[in-house]
Amino acid sequence: MGKFVQFFATRWGIVTVGAVIGILAQLLQKWGNPANMGICVACFERDMAGALGLHRAAVVQYLRPEIIGFVLGSMIAAYMFKEFRARAGSAPIVRFVLGVFAMIGALVFLGCPWRAVLRLAGGDGNAILGILGLTAGIWIGVLFLKGGFDLGRSTRTYASVGWLFPLVMLGFLALLLVFPQAVGEDKSGVLFYSLKGPGSMHAPLLVSLGIGLLVGFLAQRSRFCTMGAIRDFVLFGQTHLLSGFTALVVTAFLANLALGQFHPGFAGQPVAHTMGLWNFGGMVLAGLAFALAGGCPGRQLFLAGEGDGDAAVFVMGMITGAGFAHNLGLASSTEGVGAHGVAAVVIGMLVCLFIGFTMRKQSA
Amino acid sequence: MSSIVDARGLSCPQPVLMTVNAIKKVGRGEITVLVDTDTSKENVTRAAASKGWALEGVEPDGSGYRVTLAKE
Repeated sequence: MGKFVQFFATRWGIVTVGAVIGILAQLLQKWGNPANMGICVACFERDMAGALGLHRAAVVQYLRPEIIGFVLGSMIAAYMFKEFRARAGSAPIVRFVLGVFAMIGALVFLGCPWRAVLRLAGGDGNAILGILGLTAGIWIGVLFLKGGFDLGRSTRTYASVGWLFPLVMLGFLALLLVFPQAVGEDKSGVLFYSLKGPGSMHAPLLVSLGIGLLVGFLAQRSRFCTMGAIRDFVLFGQTHLLSGFTALVVTAFLANLALGQFHPGFAGQPVAHTMGLWNFGGMVLAGLAFALAGGCPGRQLFLAGEGDGDAAVFVMGMITGAGFAHNLGLASSTEGVGAHGVAAVVIGMLVCLFIGFTMRKQSA
Repeated sequence: MSSIVDARGLSCPQPVLMTVNAIKKVGRGEITVLVDTDTSKENVTRAAASKGWALEGVEPDGSGYRVTLAKE
């Protein structure tokens, strides 16, 4: 057990996890998930918001089992290795607002950091601008961190506080099982389903759940984080997490070649638009929000699984943000940015800068 | 001379940032870092090693760990 524990903390450990995630993502696409969206934390949380009726964009409604698996897989790992620690109380409202704007930024680009690299691995050239934007946003976040930015301490609390978010996920799983999709119907019980578009494309439930659990388990052990990968390199020159992220891109690319899923180009890419400036700008906002909140959207799910109530609040912020994004015309489509997407990115940047400038320890 | 860094309850990357700042400040000797998650323990140890600091010991401390780092 000891060697197993240590392996995940090594460079080979994180590389292995990244490589496995890259392959699993492409298999999920082969088995039904949307193109270049084998795994996308932001898109999947947006689909969940749709399934629950928090927005009514008909093409993106599905209670994604992968997300449920991420949280529960992480929780299983945390309990197996005695790392479950219920904690909360570090600026929850700030984390919620950062989650809202992280989602809005991601939906202007059409993807989170995970999907940004999966899009690249699928040949979508627009992803390059998204990744550059992500890096720029994280770089701004690093400047705040160097200047003493700090969300404050969390405190240990009742185990039930740490359980609450995994229980919400178990509740969602129960809804999925009680109200399964009926052929040709856009509603089953209380859940909304998509009949066309990305929300209608998904791998079989148990496959998605199983892969989600595996990824959650591996990511909890290895602390896999796509934002941290770039942040640690910019902040400390450390390449530990970056080597895992890089491994994901490489295996995802190779898996795409092997599965015939690599289609290079800019125009006509799946669930993507070609407005370069806003592919960049959306991800600057998302990257900054993730950096200030201390983790990419995946990492926030894994933290929530190991008892971090503040990470859970960030996730709830993201799900709420998806509601705003689709109800208010902020989200992009294949046509380009939404009617108010640009305004939302500008407002989001101002809010993040306000948070970054005002939450600094005086004598850091 | 031993310097103490209390990073309990702080999320990434604060524990590492505080440890690196302490390393810059004291130059050599011993630094004790208090953390409350395994992730922070690993991250602090890894960052210290990259600066040439050795891990002297890890002891359970309340619900977290007391990590002792040293450089001659």
